[in-house]
Amino acid sequence: MNTPSTEDTLLLYGQAFASRLLLGTSRYPSPTVLQAAVERAQPAMLTASLRRQNLSPGEAAPNHFWAMLREMNIPVLPNTAGCHSMQEAITTAHMAREVFATPWLKLELIGDDYTLQPDTLNLVEAASRLIKDGFKVLPYCTEDLVLCQRLVDVGCQAIMPWAAPIGTGKGPINPYALRTLRERLSVPMLVDAGLGLPSHACQVMEWGFDGVLLNTAVAQALDPVRMAGAFANAVQAGRAAFLAGAMPEHHSAQPSTPVLGTPFWHQT
Amino acid sequence: MKLLINGTPHELPAHATLADAVAHLGIAPPFAAAINLQFVPNTQYHQTPLHQADRIDLIAPVTGG
Repeated sequence: MNTPSTEDTLLLYGQAFASRLLLGTSRYPSPTVLQAAVERAQPAMLTASLRRQNLSPGEAAPNHFWAMLREMNIPVLPNTAGCHSMQEAITTAHMAREVFATPWLKLELIGDDYTLQPDTLNLVEAASRLIKDGFKVLPYCTEDLVLCQRLVDVGCQAIMPWAAPIGTGKGPINPYALRTLRERLSVPMLVDAGLGLPSHACQVMEWGFDGVLLNTAVAQALDPVRMAGAFANAVQAGRAAFLAGAMPEHHSAQPSTPVLGTPFWHQT
Repeated sequence: MKLLINGTPHELPAHATLADAVAHLGIAPPFAAAINLQFVPNTQYHQTPLHQADRIDLIAPVTGG
């Protein structure tokens, strides 16, 4: 079996990760299925979020998700999902750092509710402030080259461009921009959002992206556990192909069987 | 005094602190707190006074993508 070298680890902010797949924890049919999918995929990190506890006095209940997260013992990547202003994102980030006891952060700053497109005008400043506050920021961003360059300029040591809007499963809708981005920037880049099939993940890994972050594509599959395994294999295959180096593409056919000695050659 | 906790109106005694609001709801860790969109570290709850119409958010881990 062609497996990537054990030395081919994903490096984010100087920290090594054995897997190049990051997995979200939402929208699974049940906590049991989530846990089984995580077991199958063996992701580098699991994303999680924070929401209000709407309780009446004395109604407190145990947080089963928290217990499961601790039991799975995989590094947590808190997100700032749903934040629409810089202050919301920064405050949520600080709250997440305290609750999850980690400086890692998936910075989401939404600019448009319909497409869930990041607020690219304020994302850079938010990332800059959080990095100065000691966060290891992984910004969810578009594939815009200049935006991504600015994120790197303010200290992001890795970035997470989308393939397509969150939850659409469309796969990379702008291959030219994604591939250009990969060519122009050398920081680790994880494709986050919009992947629907293992072939999408394999494709972006073949292009040289360093990893993928998935949620809905696994959680909403008919069999999420099997799909988690399929994505894990696809990410490994794509990475191995990138490292192996693809053959050059040709415009016209090139026979793979030798022509020399072909029987009956031009006898008719 | 009247204030909002997670968007719901609550009434607490004058001079109440953030620790009193937490105790009022009986929330168990893990959670984090903010007042009027400003994060308050958990070491500061007892020293953080509340004021009329403050908006308190107490948020806990949930699944996320």
